[in-house]
Amino acid sequence: MNEQLTILLVVVPLMIAPITALFKSHTISWILTAIVSFTSLILSFIILFDVIDGSHVIYELGGWRPPWGIEYKIDSLNAFIALIVSAIACLSTIFAWQSVPKEINENNYGLFYAALQLCLLGLLGIALTGDIFNLFVFLEISSLSSYALISMGRSRKALTAAFSYLILGTIGATFFLIGVGFLYAASGSLNIADIATRFSTFADMQLVMTGFIFILLGLGLKAAIFPMHSWLPNAYGHAPSVVSIFLSATATKVSIYVLIRVLFDLYPVAYWQALLLPQILLVLGCVGVIYGSFRAWQQVELKRLLAFSSVAQIGYIIIGISLLNNDGITASVMHLFNHALIKATLFMGAGIILYRTNTTKLSELRGFGGSMPWTFAAIVLAGLSLIGVPGTVGFVTKWYLLSGAIAQGKWIVVVAILAGSVLAIAYVWKIVEAMYFNSKRKMVIQNVKSGDINLAKAPISLSLALWIGAAGCLYFGLYTELPYQSAQSIATALLSSEVAQ
Amino acid sequence: MIEYILGHINYWFIIAVMMVGLYTLISRANLIKKLAGLAIFQTAVILFYVSLGKVTGGTVPIVDEAYTLYSNPLPQVLMLTAIVVGVATTALGFALVIRIKEAYNTIEEDAIFTLDQKDHE
Repeated sequence: MNEQLTILLVVVPLMIAPITALFKSHTISWILTAIVSFTSLILSFIILFDVIDGSHVIYELGGWRPPWGIEYKIDSLNAFIALIVSAIACLSTIFAWQSVPKEINENNYGLFYAALQLCLLGLLGIALTGDIFNLFVFLEISSLSSYALISMGRSRKALTAAFSYLILGTIGATFFLIGVGFLYAASGSLNIADIATRFSTFADMQLVMTGFIFILLGLGLKAAIFPMHSWLPNAYGHAPSVVSIFLSATATKVSIYVLIRVLFDLYPVAYWQALLLPQILLVLGCVGVIYGSFRAWQQVELKRLLAFSSVAQIGYIIIGISLLNNDGITASVMHLFNHALIKATLFMGAGIILYRTNTTKLSELRGFGGSMPWTFAAIVLAGLSLIGVPGTVGFVTKWYLLSGAIAQGKWIVVVAILAGSVLAIAYVWKIVEAMYFNSKRKMVIQNVKSGDINLAKAPISLSLALWIGAAGCLYFGLYTELPYQSAQSIATALLSSEVAQ
Repeated sequence: MIEYILGHINYWFIIAVMMVGLYTLISRANLIKKLAGLAIFQTAVILFYVSLGKVTGGTVPIVDEAYTLYSNPLPQVLMLTAIVVGVATTALGFALVIRIKEAYNTIEEDAIFTLDQKDHE
């Protein structure tokens, strides 16, 4: 019976998004979005509990048998990613209730929510599908709707940010498509499991390696892995708050999930070890951690600071993957979850600040911490998680990452991780200093109608979403069973599939 | 060597088209021209897939006793989807260019960059 639930995750948003686009009323389109995201969350939970013990749920689209038909083959990694995406979608939906009417033009409510649902649909589809061309289509569905969402930001820079994301994102997706083409030419199949089982019969062909490099470059662009991250800070910095929350927590994570699939399930590990890829990824990860953290520290605007910190956090995930041991991969998979939670919370904090003060420049927020103590408390809590203070989610990941690196004797990596943490302290401190310790400055209030009470208090739905996020940072830092067990079972499955081959 | 080049002549042309697209995309500052480059680049990939499916001497893929050798129809079907994606991307790109033109009153990348720098100060 649960096979049918998997396809519902894709079908529900696909059916409701066009309906949402017809409505102009904010209330109706919000309710429809809430239905979609909470349904997805419940479905992902059911599926995750089905597969957490290492079993599979298989759904054949249209009853066509794989490898001819498209197959959704759900293991714990798929279900885990789907859970992250739909959980963040729920948080963003709660946040959207009061944030969207303020930031989006009132004629576009229906279209905005429809694009948000389509983006959710694309990301869930990527997380579920076992067919590599189908994956490309979902990748493009999510990307196209995210370009549209980013361009709805308030400043005109959002338009240019969306345009350059469109150019780079399309190049990335097209590279991925070329790679899939090469792989198809060699293997004659598009089903990931089918290609993997017959890999040794065509492993020697030059095509396979060329395809591999194209796929890697394409995914690297989509996932914003260090030298290919240039679109990320502008796109997330200028997007509307809800979009920043949703995309920063899910879009790059899902691309990294595809990368994990390609590296561990599509291609055998020994194949890319021979290409020195673990070493290359390790270096890129380390440089990314330090560069991202350093650039974050240089920023003077809160949302851009957070965006650069995302580049650094992606570096940690890449390091974990390239360590190629159980601890490293567990850390990476857990960090997909943890970082989604942390970054969503921080962007929600930034969204509330933007809602109330119409600015996110640190210099204009001086001494404002006293005026909204609860919001800033949540930001500080999430900031501490970003650094990796014990008792928060960030600590758990860094602990496993460090023990993975030490087990391999890679001391340079250990140094890079620690240096990244020190820089994280520096940039989180920059926020704290601006909020609490700088002398109060008379607020420059822009674009506020007279009689507007936005400045006086944080709206309830925004605070609720923010504190769910912040509580999550603390809860999953203290009670790590759910993410840890899932991550552990995923890491074991990924590493054992390689042994089986 | 000559035989190798002539035998793969379609792929050489495809590489040429692809490079024209990528070069236009990188070298032009005009946003419309950038999008044109992007569309050419995507077209090259479509051509690549379609020529993958060609079997020398094969006919169209029909079920008939008389024909056993036929071209692979799957890449062409895949490309129908890719064409739709490409059209959507280009359309969205043009829509963004219209909005950029309204907001900045120019579609030259360097002019937009200077305007953004001025905003920053």
